[in-house]
Amino acid sequence: MDPTINFWATELGWTLITVGKIMLVILPLLVCLAFFMLADRKIWAGVQMRKGPNVVGPFGLLQSFADLIKFVLKELVIPDGADKAVFLLAPVLTFLLSLVGWAVIPFAPGWVISNINVGVLYLFAISSLGVYGIIMGGWASNSKYPFLGSLRSAAQMVSYEVSIGLVIITVILLSGSMNLTTIVEKQAGGFWNWNFLGGGLHNWPIAIVMFGMSVIFFISALAETNRPPFDLPEAESELVAGYQVEYSSSPFLLFMIGELVNIVLMCSLITVLFFGGWQAPIDFAFVHQWGDMAQGFYGLMWFFLKTCFFFFLIAMAKAIVPRYRYDQLMRLGWKVFLPTAGVAVVLVAAWRVFGPAAA
Amino acid sequence: MAVQAIAFYLLATVTLVAGVCVVSARSPVHSVLFLILAFFSAAGLFVMLGAEFLAMLLVVVYVGAVAVLFLFVVMMLDVDFASLRQGFARYMPLGAGVAGILAFEMIMVSTAVANGGAARLNDTPQASGADISNAETIGRVLYTDYIYFFQAAGLVLLVAMIGAIVLTLRHKPGVRRQVIADQVARGPKTGMRVISIKPGAGIDE
Repeated sequence: MDPTINFWATELGWTLITVGKIMLVILPLLVCLAFFMLADRKIWAGVQMRKGPNVVGPFGLLQSFADLIKFVLKELVIPDGADKAVFLLAPVLTFLLSLVGWAVIPFAPGWVISNINVGVLYLFAISSLGVYGIIMGGWASNSKYPFLGSLRSAAQMVSYEVSIGLVIITVILLSGSMNLTTIVEKQAGGFWNWNFLGGGLHNWPIAIVMFGMSVIFFISALAETNRPPFDLPEAESELVAGYQVEYSSSPFLLFMIGELVNIVLMCSLITVLFFGGWQAPIDFAFVHQWGDMAQGFYGLMWFFLKTCFFFFLIAMAKAIVPRYRYDQLMRLGWKVFLPTAGVAVVLVAAWRVFGPAAA
Repeated sequence: MAVQAIAFYLLATVTLVAGVCVVSARSPVHSVLFLILAFFSAAGLFVMLGAEFLAMLLVVVYVGAVAVLFLFVVMMLDVDFASLRQGFARYMPLGAGVAGILAFEMIMVSTAVANGGAARLNDTPQASGADISNAETIGRVLYTDYIYFFQAAGLVLLVAMIGAIVLTLRHKPGVRRQVIADQVARGPKTGMRVISIKPGAGIDE
């Protein structure tokens, strides 16, 4: 081989580097997930004055790993009359789609697998595909409860996607870019520059609009990921467990992990879009003199802390908010969030064009 | 280039095979799933052409919304495909005719374009600079040169949307609906009344 050619610049080298990056994201993510799952249960237990899982390992820290082994070792039951291929494809699809979204999330300055120009649209496209896993699983089970659950879920996810789309448009208008890295970089300088406060002090009149948008995004994210209080697809008391009734063993595990990864993805998306991503709340000057690596980990720390904070909020919502009725859910999505977000898009666009900051 | 060629042939093969499977699959639900696969690999082809914005729109609009509705309808309707297939021989000549005309037209158009015979619009997009993204280029053309077509398309969609709502919206007179504003506005004054009843008299209502 010609020694002047840098191996890492060739196609093979690029592929190897990218696979390495993907592993570097997915493996820590899945390990973190085990603890996110535990945190979810611990918070839930704490609100209800229970102890939560506390037997496996110190403070129950190894509970999720025990669950993993339990799920994998159980017998896989495929119901008679089920569409076998679709039945098994559905959980794999859910799991895959939940991981694919992480490709464009910027964790720290320059720490992103693929820095594409249409990052926001990509995430929107991936999250709109999430409904297929549920609808396929529900149909392929060849049973009434899962099918009803999946139909509910499909209608719910499609409805809330519309308002999520409009909310995302306000952020795009404010940042002038669909690139997630650029969106985060525009929020540098301190927490008053973050998008939930209008992205800078000169944008103060629309701070209240953007704050409302971040709240709508949070609630829509709950509905989009089928979390309580919008967990109608699973609603144990009405539908047993919705689309996943017939699933057991590893396919069920894939559904569960996929759902949880989606929730964490939504948390990190709120962080990136509205709460400054890797930016620290107060911009310390001495941080800029550190090396790239140190700055990277510093940014990663803030990103992780914010994501954890939103995961905590979502876990609290599960514990303290009662489940919505189906018509209330639809009313909230179509009659409250959609018009509000539509007006907000008009307001933000008008501010960008006619406001003092107009280019 | 080898990687590009492999990716192109892979995506193109998947698109074509999925397209054939849409027609040949026995279960209608499988047909729709193959259609989704075809859309998805077509989006991949768009990405390879450098049109990432179009690719994402294809996924969001067709895969994320249109195909979900297809799947919805196909899953809920109990279509008896055995009876639909009975007329195969009768409709065969018509279908073959349509397919033949389509193939002929496509050959004509591609031959004309390949030989430079067709009228070409401005071939290169105006803003193909390195720092201007795909979405921005489309936006600049869409909101200036084609603004009237764009608005007209929007109006057509609006009319279709209102039409769908008008067709399905019916208020049955006997059905009592929940009016949340009324419930919220209800207070002690409107919600209850105090009656003093004489012993042994009762109230007649």
